[in-house]
Amino acid sequence: MRRAGELVAPWALIALLLGGWEIACRALDVPPYLLPPPSRVGHALVANLPALMSAAWRTLAVALLALVIASLIAQALAVLVALSAILDRAIRPLASVIQVTPVVAIAPLFLIWAGIDHPERALVALAVVVAFFPIFSGAVAGLRSADPDLERLFDLYGATRWQKVLRLRLPSAVPFLLEGHKVGAGLAIIGAVVAEFGAGSGGVRGLAWQILDAGNKLETDRMIAALAALGIMGVALHGLLELAERAGLKWWRGQ
Amino acid sequence: MSVAALRDVEVDYARGPALGPFSLEVGPGEIVSLVGPSGCGKSTALRLLAGLEAPTRGAVQRDPGRGETAVVFQAPTLAPWLSAAANVALPLELAGQAGRAARARANEALARVGLTGAEPARPAQLSGGMAMRVSLARALVTQPRLLLLDEPFAALDEITRRALADDVLRLWDALRPAIVFVTHSVEEAVYMAERVVVMTGGPGRTAGEFPVEGDLPRPAGFRTTPGFRRTVEAVSHALAQGMAG
Repeated sequence: MRRAGELVAPWALIALLLGGWEIACRALDVPPYLLPPPSRVGHALVANLPALMSAAWRTLAVALLALVIASLIAQALAVLVALSAILDRAIRPLASVIQVTPVVAIAPLFLIWAGIDHPERALVALAVVVAFFPIFSGAVAGLRSADPDLERLFDLYGATRWQKVLRLRLPSAVPFLLEGHKVGAGLAIIGAVVAEFGAGSGGVRGLAWQILDAGNKLETDRMIAALAALGIMGVALHGLLELAERAGLKWWRGQ
Repeated sequence: MSVAALRDVEVDYARGPALGPFSLEVGPGEIVSLVGPSGCGKSTALRLLAGLEAPTRGAVQRDPGRGETAVVFQAPTLAPWLSAAANVALPLELAGQAGRAARARANEALARVGLTGAEPARPAQLSGGMAMRVSLARALVTQPRLLLLDEPFAALDEITRRALADDVLRLWDALRPAIVFVTHSVEEAVYMAERVVVMTGGPGRTAGEFPVEGDLPRPAGFRTTPGFRRTVEAVSHALAQGMAG
């Protein structure tokens, strides 16, 4: 009984909020360009479903591609950092600079570099920048997390540096890598959306473009519908990654 | 002729002297127990014997070549992502032995410690005693000439400890490696070895050396013999005096 209550509770709150919003809009006669009632947003969502779906797919595709690229770069750099103290000193401060630089601030620069014909390249690059750091710092922490006694055993048995990386440190890092990728994926979506905003109307026609376009035309219902699509996409991706992390940890631990 | 020897070794860490001057000689096939209070440098002495650390002063003589020394730590120290068999095969694979041959020898080693059937299990699925047996199988799979045991039973319950102690002696009887056995427990030290070396509080020196009478592996009821009790008393006395300074 209590379990059922826990499952229903968030949906009940959402229904309550939507109901209040609908009633308030109608009772106060709010103009729809200012705040459309949820029924109108729902209508806009259904009416623009194909456009919103393909826009969501464009944003998602940018984020996923960025995640793959960020993952490869971050892990390669983390292995270099783990192998050499000098490279560690060299790479870490730069990685921190990337972390603290707001993506909106570098978006114009990337757009100039990518050129007017290929805004999607700038979008992917910007999402890579945002997704990079959590994966990198997770990988560095993970590569250092190996059991020191297990390291001693590898030394005792004369393991080479590469044997230690491939057979001890990378496998030890798996839980950290899973967590880093989960955080990185969420950030890649944020990076892709922010980059789309930076690119403006000339950019890739993803969800952020839908929001901008609807805003320019004062189609507030379509704007909120695009926001809702973005939210649903984010929640779905997060849930998927949560499942992937759990499955990965289960495989790693063997139970 | 000794398998390994420490000659007047001293080890200093940043926080101060940790060991010595301390000397220890281990003959081929001999079992020596090392007892001493916490922080006396027992584990440091073991790492010197393994060649994992170098002394600040003094000399370490090691006869076994690469792969002929094995260590078992206090924790099983198994890779959680590998099966029991893959954990045991690891030393062989690191030495360049092909996967299939290494697996066959790993399965043999697991059988020797009584773990036939546990080959595909992951460490998380094993009890503490079973995980320790896997660790022992991994140490024995290379057929080492020198086996270093660093408080291997410390985390286990009394019944499991006693069973594992007999297992180790049985395996020693079959393969005859030299064993250095570090422990906190005086009874265990006497039970396991032909010779008990007692260390003083840190930095550890030799507080006394006691030969243990009787056959190895131990016959049933060995713990109740007067000889065993006497040696335990003598070792306890030396340990208490060593701790007092």
